[in-house]
Amino acid sequence: MHSHDGGKGTGPALVVHGLSKRFGDRVAFENVSFEINCGEVFGFLGPNGAGKTTTVRTLGTLIAPTSGTAMVAGFPLAHENGMEIRRRISIMPESPGLYLRLSVAENLECFADLYEVPDPGDRIDRALRAVKLTDRAQDSCGSLSKGLRQRVALARALLSDPQVLFLDEPTAGLDPVAIRDVHELIDELRQRGVTIFLTTHRLEEAERLCDRVAILNTTLRTIGRPDELRDQLFAKTLAVKTIVPLRDPDRVFTGLPAVDGFREDGTAGYVLTVTDSAVAAPALTRALVAAGADVLSISESHRSLEDVYLELVESDEEAGRR
Amino acid sequence: MNMSTRRIRAIVRKELREYRRNGSVVLAMAIIPLIFVIQPLVVVFALPASASNDLAHEHLLLYMLGIPALVPAVSAGYAVVGERQQGTLEPVLTTPVRREEFLLGKALASLFPSTGVAYAVYAAFLACVGLFAHPAVAAALLRWPQILAQVLFTPLLAAWSIWICLGISARSSDVRVAQQLGMLASLPGVVVTSLIAFNAIPVTLGLAVGLAAALLLLDGLGWRAMSATFNRERLVTGTR
Repeated sequence: MHSHDGGKGTGPALVVHGLSKRFGDRVAFENVSFEINCGEVFGFLGPNGAGKTTTVRTLGTLIAPTSGTAMVAGFPLAHENGMEIRRRISIMPESPGLYLRLSVAENLECFADLYEVPDPGDRIDRALRAVKLTDRAQDSCGSLSKGLRQRVALARALLSDPQVLFLDEPTAGLDPVAIRDVHELIDELRQRGVTIFLTTHRLEEAERLCDRVAILNTTLRTIGRPDELRDQLFAKTLAVKTIVPLRDPDRVFTGLPAVDGFREDGTAGYVLTVTDSAVAAPALTRALVAAGADVLSISESHRSLEDVYLELVESDEEAGRR
Repeated sequence: MNMSTRRIRAIVRKELREYRRNGSVVLAMAIIPLIFVIQPLVVVFALPASASNDLAHEHLLLYMLGIPALVPAVSAGYAVVGERQQGTLEPVLTTPVRREEFLLGKALASLFPSTGVAYAVYAAFLACVGLFAHPAVAAALLRWPQILAQVLFTPLLAAWSIWICLGISARSSDVRVAQQLGMLASLPGVVVTSLIAFNAIPVTLGLAVGLAAALLLLDGLGWRAMSATFNRERLVTGTR
C-alpha cells in the first residue's frame, strides 16, 4: 500500500519504473527507472536532447507517458490523479515564464490563488524573503534582469510549499553571484526537507548540491552518489612524482599491499592502480623511502563527476557512430 | 466536478491586468467598435425627418451587434497562443488549475471587456442619436425592443465568438494569425445580424427567442467542446 499523504520523510517521494515517452517515431526517453527519497536532492544530468525536460514534464503530469509507471508524491502517475499530483509538486521550468507586464507581487498573487494557498499575503512575503526580493515586489517583471526573473520564478515555485520541487536548469544563464544565491536557497530547502529534482548541465553544481545523480541519454546510463559513480567507472589511482626516475620501479611497486599495478607517467612519474588508497599510500611511502627515492609528491587522483559524465556520454556517441 | 471560483478569479484578474497593459490589445479593442459606429452615425445625422418612416420598419441598431461578435477575437485570439509565445503557459498548466477553470477564466476575461466596450459604444451611439439626430429620426431609431435585443444578444454573441477564438488560439502558433482567423470565423454572426438589421431576414419575437436559445446552447457547448479538446501535452510540446 502506498502512502497517499506523500508526507515528508515517509518513504519515497518519487518512484519511477520503466517509464518511456515517444513522440511518434522519436524516442524522448526510454525505460527510465529510479527512486527518490523524501528530502533528497536528486540531480538529473544529460546532454541536450537527452529527455531531461520531457521527463520533468511527464512526472509533472503535463505529458502522458507512453509506457511505464510512476508514483509522484504518493500518487500513481495517471490522468485522474493529475490535479492531486500538481497540488503537491512545483515545477520551475528552464525559462522563468513570468507575466512581464505584471509586477512581481501580481505574478505571485496569481499563482498563490491557482494553488489556493491559505493566507496568500504571508506566503508571498515568505517566498520573496527566501529569494531576497522583498524590496522588488512592486516592480514590473519586465524591468528585472534575467537573474532576478529566475529568482521570482523560484519564489513562485516555493509558494505552494511543495513536497517535490522540480528545478529545470535553475542556474542557466545566471552570473556567479546569482548562481551562489540559488545554491544557497537549494541548501536551505534541503534542510527544510523538500525533495528536489534538479536537472542541470552544470556538473560541479550537481556534485556540490546533489545527494545522488542520474545520467540520462535517452536511457538512464547510471545512477548513484557522485563518489560511487567515480568508483564504478574509474579505478582508484595514486600518482607518484620523484625528482629523478627510479632505477627499478618494478622492484619498488610490485608486491605492495592494495596495489594492483602501475604505469609510468612521464620521465619521473608513476601512476599506481590501487584497491584502497588508505592501505596502499603508507606502504608506498615506506617503499619509496627504503629505495632511497627523492619523492616530490604522492597524491590520490581525483576524478570529477564531469569525468564520469564525459566518459558515459562520449561512449554513447562512439557507439552511435559505429 | 467542483470548480474553484478562486482559481477562475485568479485567471480573470491576471488576464484583465495583462490586457489593460497591452497596448496592441487596447488599441485593437478601441478601433473595431469605431468602424461600426462612425459610419452609421454619419448616415443617421444626415437623414432628414422624412426618412423616419422607413427607419421605423428597419432594425439598424442591430447592425452594431457586429461589435460583440468581432471584438473578442482580439483578446480571446491572444489568450492561449499569447501565453505560449511568452512562455507563461507551462507554469500555469503545472498548477492544479482544471482545464475547465482555465478556459472559463480566459473566456470571462475576454467577455467582460468585450461586452463592456460594446455596451459603452452602444450607449454613446444612442446618446449621440438622441442629442444630435433629427428628433423624428431619433424616435424611429430608439425603440425599446431593439435596445433590449442589443442588451440580450451582446453577451450571447460575444461568448460564442470567444469560444471559437479560444479554440483557434489553442491551435495556433502566432497571435496575429489567431486573431485574424478568429475574426474571420466570427463573421457569420456579423452576417446574420446585418441581414436582420437590413430586413433581409424578417424579425419576429419567436425568431429572437429562438436565436437567443440557440446561442445560449452553443455557448454552453462551446465551453464543453473546448474543455474536452484542451490538451496540455499538445500545448506544452507543440505536437499536433
